[in-house]
Amino acid sequence: MKKSLMFVMSIVLVFTLAACGGNNNSGTAGGNNSTNKGAAGTNEGAGTNTGTGNEGTDAGTELSGSYLATGSSALQPLVDQAAQMFMEKNSGVTIQVQGGGSGTGLAQVSEGQANIGNSDVFAEEKLDADKAAELKDHQVAVVAMAAVVNPEITVDNLTKQQLVDIFTGKITNWSEVGGADQKIVIVNRPASSGTRATFEKYALGTKAEDLQGMIQEDSSGTVKKLVGETPGAIGYLALSYLDDTVKTVKYEGVEATEENVANGTYPVWAYEHMYTKGEPDAALQAFLDYMVSDEVQNGVVVELGYIPVSKMQIVRDIDGNVTQK
Amino acid sequence: MARSVEREKRSKHLTEEWVGRVYTLICVGLLVLTIFSMVYFVASKGLSTFFKDGVNPIDLFTGVKWAPEGEPPLFGALPFIVGSFSTSILAALIAAPLGFCAAVFIVELMPKFGRKVLQPVIELLAGIPSVVYGFVGLSVIVPFFRDIFPGQGLGLAAGGVVLSIMILPTITTIATDALAALPAGLKEGSYALGSTRWQTIYRIVLPTTLPALLTGIVLGIARAFGEALAVQMVIGNAPHIPTSLFESASTLTSAITLSMGNTIMGTAHNNALWTLALILLTMTFVFVFIVRWLERRSKV
Repeated sequence: MKKSLMFVMSIVLVFTLAACGGNNNSGTAGGNNSTNKGAAGTNEGAGTNTGTGNEGTDAGTELSGSYLATGSSALQPLVDQAAQMFMEKNSGVTIQVQGGGSGTGLAQVSEGQANIGNSDVFAEEKLDADKAAELKDHQVAVVAMAAVVNPEITVDNLTKQQLVDIFTGKITNWSEVGGADQKIVIVNRPASSGTRATFEKYALGTKAEDLQGMIQEDSSGTVKKLVGETPGAIGYLALSYLDDTVKTVKYEGVEATEENVANGTYPVWAYEHMYTKGEPDAALQAFLDYMVSDEVQNGVVVELGYIPVSKMQIVRDIDGNVTQK
Repeated sequence: MARSVEREKRSKHLTEEWVGRVYTLICVGLLVLTIFSMVYFVASKGLSTFFKDGVNPIDLFTGVKWAPEGEPPLFGALPFIVGSFSTSILAALIAAPLGFCAAVFIVELMPKFGRKVLQPVIELLAGIPSVVYGFVGLSVIVPFFRDIFPGQGLGLAAGGVVLSIMILPTITTIATDALAALPAGLKEGSYALGSTRWQTIYRIVLPTTLPALLTGIVLGIARAFGEALAVQMVIGNAPHIPTSLFESASTLTSAITLSMGNTIMGTAHNNALWTLALILLTMTFVFVFIVRWLERRSKV
């Protein structure tokens, strides 16, 4: 019995070491990603097939292949719905959409484990410059954010400086910004969140502090619930989440509306990106084209509360430089 | 003729024996492999914070400022460690008396009703998904605390209460089994000497079953320590050591779940989260050893 136990242990050891070696060589995440790796492997095969098959032919040809899109949970419902509609039209194509966060999406598309990486932020903000350069950006929608407060707060406009002071802890009472004498309760996002990065970059222009006693929540639903219920609370939400349970405040006197975002007067918004590694193949390109087609842009995009990228009258690059279209 | 049948029989038994043995060995091997690779994966990721990113372990364990995206990045994990321990211990403090009383009720006071109704109901608690606990906590406990205590309701107290309900089945089930396994002679002897029911429970039953009861508590704490989602929803998640039970705080698990998806594999921030996971894993080992030690004591 002892001998056989030794045998098992040595087999186990060999397997473990082999697994480690594999991990180190490929430099990938291992463990939980192994299924994705398998999927990506088959995708590659299918992708090259369609690539050669479709060369030089028109869109009339049958597209095929199976693809994995992963990343931002904010973008997931949009891509998921569009993928369903696309798959109904092109029965040969399978597109699987997963969440996991912008960071996961960018990392997996960069390492070839996913075909599309969904992200709330530019790849350059998360990945190393050389890795980000390999990725091709496809902007499919715009999401705008607004500062929201508890409905009982009387303040209805906050300047940039006031927001900075609130989120860095210099202002702690609503009376300092023209409200009642009440303590400010900040409902923020975790430091790694794409939503927080957008808010910090375009509304504050600086990093917010993780203050003692502040609340941090990752999901927009929870943020809305807490801001709506907690007296003196302030937070920020994407426009699609706004309703009567929270009060939206103006930013520098500008209301957060679709028109104001589109014409560039309201600055707190971000592109939703779908990254591919290098040029996408025919079927993937068709899907990405479908994402920016009128059918999706004026349909699902609007239904889910995003702003169609086609409606934007301005273009903004990663450094925040705005140009008219 | 008869001989060959016998030989056939014997060889059949031998094959069965070998099939059984090989099957068991494969299963054990797979199990050990899984555990080994999990530990290796978490450890290699977690330790790279110290070796690759050059974070001083002392800074990590004693630092109070967690700003992994800051300039310079700071990795002080003490607030999370303090948060994890205080919520789990608070949960055990609330759940242990409740669990013991439930067990005494089930075994000693009303065995029929207890066994048929109360025990299944308590065990049902174990089957409820943790997100439900989190949501109930957020919708009921947090507003309740917000109204009667200073602060926003979120914090260690809310986390502790939610966790105490989650670990109640663990503590109750183990306590019930321990009480039921007590030799009847001990109790009968106590009654024969003229002690009342309460005297018997208090002086005989509880002291004798104490190691088993403690095992239940430690297992409960281990479960509370590893719970992520429910706690994350009600604790507030500020990366600071709170000054009161009703102030936003963080645990190891809530810090991991909040940021893991948004960070990139291999970055310092991501590695630091794996270090937190490694601390969790190490603590679970410690809890397992404590349980083993208690079990050994209860046998003596």
